[in-house]
This record gives sequence, C-alpha cells and structure tokens, in this order.
Amino acid sequence: MSDARDGAPEPAEGETIDTSPDGGHAASTPSTHTVRLELVDEPGQLLAALHPIADNGGNLLSIYHERGNKTPRGRIPVEVDFEATQERFEGIVEALRSEGVNVMQAGTERYAEEVTLLLFGHLIDTDLSDTLSRIEACESASVADVSLAAPQGTEESSSARLRLEARAGETERALAAVRELADEKDLRLVEPLTGVEA
Amino acid sequence: MRLAVIGAGAVGRSVVDLAAEYGHEVVAVADSSTAVVADGSDGRNDGVDPEAVVTRKAEAGIVGDDDPADALAADYDVLVEATPTTLDDAEPGFSHVTTALERDRHAVLANKGPVAERFGDLQAAVADSAGEIRFEATVGGAIPAVSTVEDIEPGHVTAVRGVLNGTANFILTRMAAEGLGYDHVLAEAQDLGVAEADPSFDVDGTDAALKCVILANVLSFGAADDPADAREFTLDDASVEGIRDVPGSALRLAAEDGRTVRLIGEATGETVRVAPRLVPENGTLAVSGTQNIVQIETTHAGRLNISGRGAGGPETASAVLGDVGRLE
Repeated sequence: MSDARDGAPEPAEGETIDTSPDGGHAASTPSTHTVRLELVDEPGQLLAALHPIADNGGNLLSIYHERGNKTPRGRIPVEVDFEATQERFEGIVEALRSEGVNVMQAGTERYAEEVTLLLFGHLIDTDLSDTLSRIEACESASVADVSLAAPQGTEESSSARLRLEARAGETERALAAVRELADEKDLRLVEPLTGVEA
Repeated sequence: MRLAVIGAGAVGRSVVDLAAEYGHEVVAVADSSTAVVADGSDGRNDGVDPEAVVTRKAEAGIVGDDDPADALAADYDVLVEATPTTLDDAEPGFSHVTTALERDRHAVLANKGPVAERFGDLQAAVADSAGEIRFEATVGGAIPAVSTVEDIEPGHVTAVRGVLNGTANFILTRMAAEGLGYDHVLAEAQDLGVAEADPSFDVDGTDAALKCVILANVLSFGAADDPADAREFTLDDASVEGIRDVPGSALRLAAEDGRTVRLIGEATGETVRVAPRLVPENGTLAVSGTQNIVQIETTHAGRLNISGRGAGGPETASAVLGDVGRLE
C-alpha cells in the first residue's frame, strides 16, 4: 500500500495542482464524475476508498453505499460522485487503483435518465435480492429505489416498483436487461412508456 | 347509397336503424342464417323496413325469410360487413367483402378479421375492382383513427398508440380506484355488460392487438410507393400481453408514485406491441372506464390525441356510416 502511495499518484498530484490555474479551459473546469467501486465487506474499506479521492483534489458530492446488495463476486458496490477537473479525475482513478480499490466503472457521465417500472409475480420465491443485484450488475443502470408489496405468504403474486437510474441514452438497454431477467424468472414486467410525456 | 348489411349484432342493427338519418337506404340485411331483401313485395318501392328488421331480430332471432346468400346478391352500392371478428382465414367476413368487390361494389367493414389477418389479399382484390374498402369502425369505435392517419398521410405518421379496449380499461380503472382484485372487477364488468362471459379476447389483449395490426397495415401500405413492397402485418406479428394477472398490489404501487397501469397498444410501420404499461396517473393516455384514446405521432404536426367511445352499437355504426359517406 505505502509503496503505491509513494509511486504513481504523487507526480500526478503535484502536476495537477500546479498547472490547473493557468491550464486549458476544458481541463481546468471541474465537472461531475461518477466512479463505481467494489469494496470488500470489511470495516474501514469505505474510508480507505474515499481518501484517494479527497487527497487528489476531488470534491466529494455524494456516496451511495449499497450495503446488503452484493456484486456477483460478493463485494459491496459503492457509487461515488465528485467534482474534479479532467486531469485530476484521471489521477484519482489511478490513485484508487494503486490503493487496491477495484474501480468497476469511471466516467464523467452521471446517470442521466430515470425510469420507473413494475415487476410482479413470485418475487420472493425467485429471490428478490438476487433480482435486484443482477439489475445492479448491468452496466447501464443502477437501482435507485425499490418499493415492495407482498401479500401474506408467498402464494399470491407480489409486486415491486423499481426506480432505475440509467446512463444517458441507455434506458432502452437497461430495460432490455430487466426484460431478459424477468423472462428468465417468469416475472411479469410493466414497462413505462418511455420517450412519451403522456 | 343502397346498403346491404351483413351481420345483425349490435353494430349491424344500429347501422340498419341509423342509415336513413345519414341519407342511405338499407336494401338487404342478413344474419348468420336468415336474410331480408327488399323486392318491393312488402308494398314499398325500395329498401327494407328498418324497424321491422330490428323488431323481428329481437323477438324471433331472425331478420327475415330469405337466405343470407340473397342478401349478398342483392342490388346494393355498399356492403357493410358487421359479422363477428374471426381470425386466421377471417371467414366468412373475408368472402363477403371479396364478393362485393368482384361485383365492383364497395365494402365497409366493422369486422376486424379481414383487415387484420388478410390485408394483402384484400388490397389485391381492391386492385382488381372498381369498388373500394373502408374500415374506420374496426379501430376505436367512434374515434376517427384510420381516417385521421390517412388525412395526415401514413408516410408522415411515425407511430400510433393508445388505449383501444374499453373492457380492459374499465377493469384497470376500477382496480386502481377501488383497490379491488381482478376477479371481483371482472365479475362486476360482466354484470354491467362491459365484459363478455368469455372475456379472453379483451383481457388477453387480442382485441387491442388486432386494432394495432390494422393500424400497422395502414401505416405500412400507406407509406409504400408500391403496395407490393409493403410489409403486411397479421396477429402473429404482434407481441401481446394481457392484463389477466396484474395484481392489485401493482396498481397500488403505481398509484403511490403518481402513476397507473393501462393496456397500451402501439403500432409503427415495423412493430406491433400490446402490453400493460406504466403511465402518469393524470396523463393523457390514462383515460378512465370504457373510454378509448388514440395518440398519433407525426413528423410535422406533432402529437394528436383523440379520445372517445371505443365500442357500442350506435358509436360504431356512426363510424360505418361515416365511411359510407366517404365513398359517395
């Protein structure tokens, strides 16, 4: 760990801080970035992952720590939004990786589109948390909100309302992924009318 | 125009009843086993007595003493095909229409079968005839969906969507408003005459899908330079999901978020899809009860919405008689 800290990030850090005030416009204007990290479920992991961001000039905006929701590898997905210039952003991602943090995704693009849908059927019997984490594992979307209505027992079909956040232009891809999953688990999906402001 | 009305259900009877009001004359009426053809023998110069036909159908279950084939052979200008919708070969409706076309007469359809399942065959029959066909009544009852698409020109319409089945819409509306289950609301709809004893055609989405298939054919054939190049749609080309298993809890979750569920049909020149969809609770498409709505997306004229009664004898007959007027 300490080897890595002494290595790659340092020159990057010095460079960005020195050059940004009089650098090019595009590079010096901070923009919002989202990184998706996979953390091992151990104490202190989240803090360890946030240090490289703050230390390298990123201005933290929000942290979405999806405890209870695991990636297929059994880790906890965390989404972090922060502001940084393009140059600093690259340094931050590099610093995270050299700290041993698994960066699943890094981009300037935040989830730009929101989509609400309903799922119904044997949601409980077909392992709802697996359903959610598999939607979460789809690169196009993130599950922002879940509401569940389950009648007594699991005999009757239950319903869930899901709010997904999708990357710009990827709503259709996200829906396709949910459609496939619903098919596989024999769940019914009520899709929104997208692209129609009815 | 002199009309031969084939089919004496709610729509056929209303056409017979209202024809005179629109300036037309009914010269023959047939149901599945009997017919009445005007021949002057009842002391009238021309035309059958609409009241007598409607009364006899109601009291004796027959329309007259003639054979249905006589009605098809009668001296009419327009044949009104109002027999029940059948799928696949769409018979006997399809043959009724082609018989009229072979005689260089027009045909107006309220029966969805021929235009949904054999649109290409019908177009070929029209090409060889001096007669034309019209079928406004097959989509959305009183709503002028087909003629509006034709007025805008199918090449300038990118999609048509909407709520095209009053029975399914009634059920979804009641379930959401009262928090009732599907079975309860269906029984209620059956008591009110909104749903049939066997509601499959409506609640499984077949009826809405047929209407969308017809619209897809209008878009596809209307936009093609040569009808031979147009893609023909049938029910098999449609992706169809019904509302039978939508639980009350799903509607409740939708309502908590300011939304509701409607059985929405969509047709473009390439796809046909019918499925329960989430729509804003107070949005344009969330019509209530048995109301229907047709939403037309155009390239230059924005979006058009037409809502109204999607079923019913006089409502559908008004679409039939509107078509007859366009043929004059």
